[in-house]
Amino acid sequence: MPVYATVLGGERHVFADLATLLACASPRRSGDELAGLAATSELRRVAARMALADLPLKTFLSEALIPYEADEVTRLIIDSHDAAAFAPIAHMTVGQLRDWLLSYDADGATLAALAPGLLPEMAAAVSKLMRNGDLVAVAAKIRVVTAFRSTIGLPGRLSSRLQPNHPTDDPLGIAASTLDGLLFGVGDAVIGINPATDNVEACITLLTMLDEVRQRFDIPTQSCVLTHVSNSLQAMEKGAPLDLVFQSVAGTEAANRGFGIDLALLAEAEQAALGLKRGTVGGNVMYFETGQGAALSADAHHGLDQQTVETRAYGVARAFRPLLVNTVVGFIGPEYLFDAKQIIRAGLEDHFCGKLLGLPMGVDVCYTNHAEADQDDMDVLMLLLGNAGVNFLIGVPGADDVMLNYQSLSYHDVVGLRHLLDRKPAPEFESWLMRMGLADSNGKVPPLGGDAAPLRRLLAGG
Amino acid sequence: MARDIIALDPFARFRAATRARIGLGRAGDGLPTTALLEFQLAHAKARDAVHGAVDWDALEEHLPAPAIRVKSLAADRSTYLRRPDLGRRLDPSCAHLLSKGDWDLALVIGDGLSAAAVHTWAVPVVWALHMRLGCLSMAPLVLAEQARVALADPIGEALGARISVMLIGERPGLSVADSLGIYMTHGPRSGRRDGERNCLSNIHAHGLAPAAAADKLVWLIRQSLRLGLSGVGLKEETPSLQPGQGPTPGLLPPSSD
Repeated sequence: MPVYATVLGGERHVFADLATLLACASPRRSGDELAGLAATSELRRVAARMALADLPLKTFLSEALIPYEADEVTRLIIDSHDAAAFAPIAHMTVGQLRDWLLSYDADGATLAALAPGLLPEMAAAVSKLMRNGDLVAVAAKIRVVTAFRSTIGLPGRLSSRLQPNHPTDDPLGIAASTLDGLLFGVGDAVIGINPATDNVEACITLLTMLDEVRQRFDIPTQSCVLTHVSNSLQAMEKGAPLDLVFQSVAGTEAANRGFGIDLALLAEAEQAALGLKRGTVGGNVMYFETGQGAALSADAHHGLDQQTVETRAYGVARAFRPLLVNTVVGFIGPEYLFDAKQIIRAGLEDHFCGKLLGLPMGVDVCYTNHAEADQDDMDVLMLLLGNAGVNFLIGVPGADDVMLNYQSLSYHDVVGLRHLLDRKPAPEFESWLMRMGLADSNGKVPPLGGDAAPLRRLLAGG
Repeated sequence: MARDIIALDPFARFRAATRARIGLGRAGDGLPTTALLEFQLAHAKARDAVHGAVDWDALEEHLPAPAIRVKSLAADRSTYLRRPDLGRRLDPSCAHLLSKGDWDLALVIGDGLSAAAVHTWAVPVVWALHMRLGCLSMAPLVLAEQARVALADPIGEALGARISVMLIGERPGLSVADSLGIYMTHGPRSGRRDGERNCLSNIHAHGLAPAAAADKLVWLIRQSLRLGLSGVGLKEETPSLQPGQGPTPGLLPPSSD
């Protein structure tokens, strides 16, 4: 196995293998320290980045981080690699790729064509050489457009998931949080519930309820109950009105097994959902969530740093043409991302790598109460992601998820960001907001009086 | 007063159905000042619960019997938050305090992520359990500092208990900063996996009451002893909590330091 090394100030820094090199080049984070993979000094971190910058991209094609024979995610990634798409950058090192990504030559169309030629590990590697501003600038050039009942990811648009969770799945409580979000113009990416009661019958009850709300107001969006893929399969068999199949995915076969899934199960679910033909403007039927630290917490990271293994989850996701993918970046806790600096960095990395690999990337801008972060930090990440062209963000009432006990963005944040950056919701949804009198002729969603007609209409129907 | 702050409350009829922060009104696109500060107050309580220290002396005064004090290998809160692995291991300097016996049950109170939860709910749960033990034998109670759930494994093992039970502060949310969780493990020993435990969560003023939690726990303990296992192989089938069954308040006042 080749050894990687760089000489810095008379000292030779040696990295035993590619995984070690990548881990040492990663910006500092608690999860890599917990795993014993992080660079032991700042100097060593820079030495690793220098060695990584000189590494030919082709190395990743010949040196699998997790053996091909041992892991179906590696097999998927290698087998689906598009050599023709890779050809324009095949001669480059990781450092040269960074310079090229930032160059004027790499425009949106060029980057879209490149995506199938990139291995997830290449995206991870180049991200480690980029500053936060670089991650924003390159991601902002890439558009990934998907559709079901609304079209997500178009230029000048910013979509949102409405997340009306309730600790006991109370229908009235969920309806209240849903209507509140609609008044802010939130929900064009999906109205998605994390169920408190995680079984098939409860899931069908929630799906039916969401579908009734959607049909009653003729809302051009999709609903989702974020339950296990096997529950969604059973719900579909029982005739439930299921729009999107949700699943958490990770970057190794073993970590996915910890989630109770494999690639075949995801493929089966995608086919079943496509068969329902419920989409009107497009046929993307999958919704995936990912997040740095998931593989390590399942003790299935194979010695890879958490950011590299996270990009392999994107390699899984893109095989199933998802409508939506989001990282739940700050949800996992301080043992993986200790503070706001680490959460913000990881959110930008995940969004950049996902987009570079061709995914319709959103972010749950969030944190838990045992992390060193607060709503001011979420403002910063939200503003950065808005400028980076994120496909969608997640909104909950008042930023407080009363079921999952963490803080995401509020409905206020979503509407404020749209107005600040002049981003509109998905076009179908924007037309609906205007029809309902919730958006004005400029597409803005202003505050309503308590007795406003649109409010009365929605509440009367609720 | 800004003209565009909503004066009426069209959400009034929903408020009993959810604790979600619905119908907050708008100051332009931002939160009105009152809602902003209420959020910050809730976050401050949650942060104080995470970083607060349990007053073990005061707690012990209200327990049925003297307790053994131990700590994990996580030396302080910052280490505890970064290194869950250390919070699962017993500090070797405490090992001599735990002598092997022949017990059905070892009960551990750990601070976990909410000192407030331990202050408010640990004592009532311990007493409720105490009154329901019947012929079950229980090792001396253990109070564990900087504890994760799995710290009950080496403790239960050292005490020679067939079952270990950890009462531990749950990660605070904004709506509840003092929620207690209970984790039961048959055959406690280091290396047990989470799937080998049974959990009762959400013991707080708006959740599971101490008496109901103790009922469920005793049922789980007896089933576990009968079947010789815990975790996914043991499904909890006790009657669910009846509406209107209010929890009793803690004997200790919540502490913020």
